[in-house]
Amino acid sequence: MFEDPNVVLHCEKIDKIYPGTKALDGVSFDLLKAKVNVLIGENGAGKSTLMKMIAGIEQPSSGKMYMDGQEVYFRDINDARAKGIGIIHQELSLFPNLTVYQNIFMNHEQTNFGLLNDSAHIEGAKKVLKRLEHEIDPNTLVGDLRVGQQQMVEIARNLVSSDLRVLIMDEPTSSLSAAEVKVLFKIMRELLEQGISIVYISHRLEEIMEIGDHVTILRDGKYVADADIKDIKLEWIVENMVGKNTQYHRFTRSIDLDKAGKILEVKNLYLPKTGGGWLLDNVNMFLKKGEVLGIYGLLGAGRSELFECLMGMHPEHSGEIFYKNQKMKVGTIADQLNAGFAIVPEDRQRQGLVQSLDICKNASLASLSDFAKFGLMDYTAEGAAVDEEIRELHIKVADKTLPILSLSGGNQQKVVIAKGLMTKPEILLMDEPSRGIDIGAKTEVFEIIHEFSERGLSIIVISSELKEIMAIADRIYVLSNGKCTAELKGADITEDNLVRASYAGLGTGKNQAA
Amino acid sequence: MKKDNSQLIMTLLKGRTFIVLILLVIFFSFASKSFLSLNTLTMVAKHVALYGILALGMTFVIITGGIDLSVGSVVGLVGMLAGGLIQEGLTIGGKTIYFTVPAIIILMLCIGCLIGLVNGLIITKLNVAAFITTLGTMYICRGLANLRSGGATFPNIGGFEGLGNVGLKALGANWLGIPAGVYVFAILSIIAALLLNRTPTGWHLLAVGGNEKSAKLSGIKSDQVKILAYVISGFCAAWIGLINTAQLSAAHPASGDGWEMNAIAATVLGGTSMSGGSGTIIGTIVGAFVIGVINDGMTMCGVSEFWQKIIRGAVIILAVIIDQTQRNLQAKMALQARNESK
Repeated sequence: MFEDPNVVLHCEKIDKIYPGTKALDGVSFDLLKAKVNVLIGENGAGKSTLMKMIAGIEQPSSGKMYMDGQEVYFRDINDARAKGIGIIHQELSLFPNLTVYQNIFMNHEQTNFGLLNDSAHIEGAKKVLKRLEHEIDPNTLVGDLRVGQQQMVEIARNLVSSDLRVLIMDEPTSSLSAAEVKVLFKIMRELLEQGISIVYISHRLEEIMEIGDHVTILRDGKYVADADIKDIKLEWIVENMVGKNTQYHRFTRSIDLDKAGKILEVKNLYLPKTGGGWLLDNVNMFLKKGEVLGIYGLLGAGRSELFECLMGMHPEHSGEIFYKNQKMKVGTIADQLNAGFAIVPEDRQRQGLVQSLDICKNASLASLSDFAKFGLMDYTAEGAAVDEEIRELHIKVADKTLPILSLSGGNQQKVVIAKGLMTKPEILLMDEPSRGIDIGAKTEVFEIIHEFSERGLSIIVISSELKEIMAIADRIYVLSNGKCTAELKGADITEDNLVRASYAGLGTGKNQAA
Repeated sequence: MKKDNSQLIMTLLKGRTFIVLILLVIFFSFASKSFLSLNTLTMVAKHVALYGILALGMTFVIITGGIDLSVGSVVGLVGMLAGGLIQEGLTIGGKTIYFTVPAIIILMLCIGCLIGLVNGLIITKLNVAAFITTLGTMYICRGLANLRSGGATFPNIGGFEGLGNVGLKALGANWLGIPAGVYVFAILSIIAALLLNRTPTGWHLLAVGGNEKSAKLSGIKSDQVKILAYVISGFCAAWIGLINTAQLSAAHPASGDGWEMNAIAATVLGGTSMSGGSGTIIGTIVGAFVIGVINDGMTMCGVSEFWQKIIRGAVIILAVIIDQTQRNLQAKMALQARNESK
């Protein structure tokens, strides 16, 4: 039905529906033979979801896939593998409790009369690791390797199958050094010569320009554009990735922030990563009183970790924090709350709410001691305070003793914000406050941010949505790979500047020198 | 110099269970004059085989990150079913059939596997926690064991010459001076070690216990692997049901009560991690010997049953504490090695 000698796999109008969201919406995709097919899109654009369909990890809700002119359907990963499709996962999927050679040959075991042939495994592992220029002892436990080496093992697993036709690489370079990336590119070129097709997902735009042949852009689960890399420039990619629709109203500030004093200053903040490297790498920043400060960055750039350091969740951090012009020793979470910090966490369901408690208790949870008289709760005072917040934040609540899950996502989020505000903070840290709520509720949350900042509350907002952060923030720091790569203000706040800075810390070596 | 020291400590820690076993044997041979006699050692071996075979099955289950509390009750149920078949036969439609002993053994092993299969299916397909599932089947099997005879014992498992079902007692006798159970333990240990170390299935068990998500992404059918572990555990428990009945020359519905705890203790003492992903058969065997030697040694020294329990509990907790220490030390040494290679 579908035949094209240059296309190894064709996806036709793939839909993937998860409860509540449509992750893929009618995406058609041609996987070109012996080419590096690049997929680009923001977080949540549907790149990884599409790849999971092709690798058989998940099944499309509707739509068809064709290989060699025949329709194919992959019930599980083994079906896809039988057709020669291998995948290197975004998150390492290794077994730290097993050795390197066991990891490489897991579920590809070589046997003699049903018994494992370990000498063949060790020999094979040595060979493939030599090819990757990483001669790790195959008997080492994978848990004892550093992350870059683990990534190489993950890649090696896919190279030992002889019938490989398609190799999907989902951000394979995220934890590799510049030298390791070079080796990987060499291997990729070898694979292309053997006629193997590669799908390459990466956030490092420079890398894509170097290794890619053809690029396909997804946005919000939809196909946007595709082109040959030789025909396009970086700007074209950024423009298509971000899109031009949805504009938010930009707030005007009555406070003169140039004259406002600094309430918080962070100097030389480092946070070590297990397995080497840094989650936060010499971050310097400040926050003024009454300011709305934006933190922009890609997934894993260290944004949430910054908040966690400020809230006392990472005692292993180093660096200096000045609060109200005094050097502050970051204590426990309770200490930080008492000092005037409050956080609206990223994951509302897991970190923000206690689902078994009612609306009122969820709101007052962080400030219960304020309502205790001689150690006993004063429910009248608590209820009055909660009612006050409900009024102030316009939370649509029929009865505050109802379960928290009876509210819509937007109103649940407002309850989490109310919880933060009830501790009477001086600094409010908001991690992705608009995630998973509808557009109306988003606007209301932004209005709350604006209103409280006008009253003098200092707010730091993390967002990965460009349009949003540009609308609400007075000033933006961009984090990239743990480093602070830009401080943008006023007219400098542009999509292009934000996107470029968000890739700047991902060193392929080249742009680090610049 | 310092590195040499830590390496020595490492070696000692790795072989700790074996060292403890030797120390225990030395201690008890001084504390009780009759401990190092042939009779005593035969008795200890007989008991070790009972805990050991259960612990073999338990090792597979714990490696996948699960637990099987039902094995003690399976011992009781299998014993009662076997005893009943020999003494009363099976009555269908007014006709009573008597099975031969080999047929009974095969039937009972199948029943053990079947209980394991039910455990595994409930745990994997219905997503019930392993602890709860096997706690449930533990009660159910114990109840069934009592129901079989209304709580009474089957006193005659010797069989009747005329019915051709004589011979189960051989499983409780000594062959060439060594209890039959010890032979079964040895054979099952070899099979278990081969399965775990030398077959793809062994890798899959370790993989599922180490990181189930990754195992699934590698195309391993993790549900099947887990179910297999419970089937093996049920199979081992059925062997003990038969051997124990043969040793006692009678089937009693309370047999095997609490033995699952001895099996878990032996497995953990042998270095199998309760969080899954690591464990060895040889470790479990040594662990079973430690449990056996402590139990019989203390009895021979006249330690009261009450104190025995306290000491057993302390030994188990101590073993896990040492296990954690070893892990921390190992991690520290790996880090040190990494820094040196820089």
